[in-house]
Amino acid sequence: MSVLVYTELADGQFKKSSLEAIFYGSKVAAQVGGSMTVLAIGSASDDELSKAGYFGATKVLHANAQNLASENIMAYSKVLSETAKSVSAKVVISAKSSLADAVMARAVGALKAGLVGNVVELPDTSNGFKVKRSIFTGKAFAETSITSDVKFIAIKKNVLPLEETSNSATVEKLSVDTGSLTESSKVLETIKATGTVSLPEADLVVSGGRGMKGPEHWQPLLDLAEALGAATACSKPVSDLDWRPHHEHVGQTGVKVAPNLYIACGISGAIQHLAGVNSSKVIVVINKDPEAPFFKAADYGIVGDVFDVLPKLTAAVKAL
Amino acid sequence: MKILVCISSVPDTTSKISFEENDTKFSKAGIQYIIGPYDDYALARGVELRESLGGTLTVLNVGLADAEPQIRKALAIGADDAVRIDAEPTDSFFVASEIANYAKDKGFDLILMGRETTDYNSGVVHGIVGELLGLPSFSPVMELKLEGNTATLAREIEGGKEKLEASLPLVLGCQEPIAEWKIPNMRGIMSARTKPLAVLAPSSAALTNIDKYELPAPKGACKMISADDAGALIKLLQTEAKVL
Ligand SMILES: Cc1cc2nc3c(=O)[nH]c(=O)nc-3n(C[C@H](O)[C@H](O)[C@H](O)COP(=O)(O)OP(=O)(O)OC[C@H]3O[C@@H](n4cnc5c(N)ncnc54)[C@H](O)[C@@H]3O)c2cc1C
Repeated sequence: MSVLVYTELADGQFKKSSLEAIFYGSKVAAQVGGSMTVLAIGSASDDELSKAGYFGATKVLHANAQNLASENIMAYSKVLSETAKSVSAKVVISAKSSLADAVMARAVGALKAGLVGNVVELPDTSNGFKVKRSIFTGKAFAETSITSDVKFIAIKKNVLPLEETSNSATVEKLSVDTGSLTESSKVLETIKATGTVSLPEADLVVSGGRGMKGPEHWQPLLDLAEALGAATACSKPVSDLDWRPHHEHVGQTGVKVAPNLYIACGISGAIQHLAGVNSSKVIVVINKDPEAPFFKAADYGIVGDVFDVLPKLTAAVKAL
Repeated sequence: MKILVCISSVPDTTSKISFEENDTKFSKAGIQYIIGPYDDYALARGVELRESLGGTLTVLNVGLADAEPQIRKALAIGADDAVRIDAEPTDSFFVASEIANYAKDKGFDLILMGRETTDYNSGVVHGIVGELLGLPSFSPVMELKLEGNTATLAREIEGGKEKLEASLPLVLGCQEPIAEWKIPNMRGIMSARTKPLAVLAPSSAALTNIDKYELPAPKGACKMISADDAGALIKLLQTEAKVL
């Protein structure tokens, strides 16, 4: 049973979530007794791509044509479905991301495959093909069978602890018929925060709510994030009020995060907010109201004023 | 302008989730259903475009009869007519095939829906519909403007957004701030009662099946640290929780 892992590159490197998908894929391939191929689209050096081997890959197919330079959903999905056909993939795996959702979706359409997203464990292949996935934005799990011939799964972050080897993978250029990848759209402008940690990928997140009082008061939170090397996030009202950019909004209607550590500053812990952060390993809540519902979902809590507590935390991190 | 908006009917975001029949079935008892929050953004933008450009807006739901209050609400907000494909929406490919089968010969300029549903969160129906219909698809779309046959849209990317231009027809998975949720007014609610709602039989089959549900293990107690000694937290995160 051949396994294909669809990966994403950022600034010429595998995203951490993609390394997790490669590692997961190698375990699935071992389990079903098949080979695994890794597909990487975009620009990266062979040296970087061969690092897929650290996480269990032996072969990386690299597609890097001119019109694959920017995130092109139609072209990427075409490359993915064509590759799935050429390697006779029976299981196609990716890490969940908003781009991967859009790309995997079209490949699912092309291959008439069943897809299960937000998978949290290795599949059970003892009788059919079953995966456990998170549903209701983290409020429950469902064991789901995939009955189609080709099976697609999108895994959540932190599903398996990564184990690294010193093996490296061979990298093969994938020649794609770029002529058939019709230009259905034109990118006008890309606006991207630079020098910050990507939120969906982050292991550490510092997040602020309405208790931060206003955009001009964000510095203490940014200082802690910087000291930790953490990504910054916010609650929905904060992005609705334009205190922080929209891509920082976490929750049921925002980014879903699963870091090792989520520090909530002045966030009440509404159920829709918790839905986006409840997969975090450790949750810290700082709130001046001891009755704030977030404390019920927290591992560590501090009842206090964020503007008093945050500088103390930053100082303690710097002293580590 | 001919617009199709696909909506899901999902448990209210504050719902307490539980299961029955030996954890093989979602328990609908006491659950308040709403239009999927992301679909609600798609609907709001669809209604704005329909109002400013004319044409028609059809709302489609793949769901059982218990989704009809949500469909009527979409009609009250401004859809002209509705279609319900009479089946439990259990699987992404199934729902997408039903949408594509319905839409394929209708000549829609825009097919809008949410980026994902808030019950199963797979976030792929838009893309599957796009592929099945041979139309470009984009998601998550946070801005959408139309000028003639050209759409200018912004897609959220990690850490920012990408603005692009594409020609209609398109399939879009939407999210905020594409528009603000709309609340139906009295006139809308009255007129929704008589707007057409067609019920059609499904024509495809699911490729996945849920065997069993499970609730997460309850969270342990929260360890409190005094604000005066806040720095002690960092040591605990390093030595006890081992996350730093
Ligand atoms: C359909 C739907 C979807 C939604 N989706 C989301 C979502 O995806 N994400 C999301 O976040 N919300 C979402 N919401 C909104 C959610 O219900 C809450 O309104 C929101 O999360 C509250 O944000 P907050 O905690 O920042 O603000 P508040 O609820 O106003 O909480 C502010 C908190 O700050 C504390 N505080 C104030 N001052 C200080 C201080 N000086 N020091 C310490 N603490 C202080 C207060 O005690 C309070 O607990 C959604 C709502 C709906 C209806």
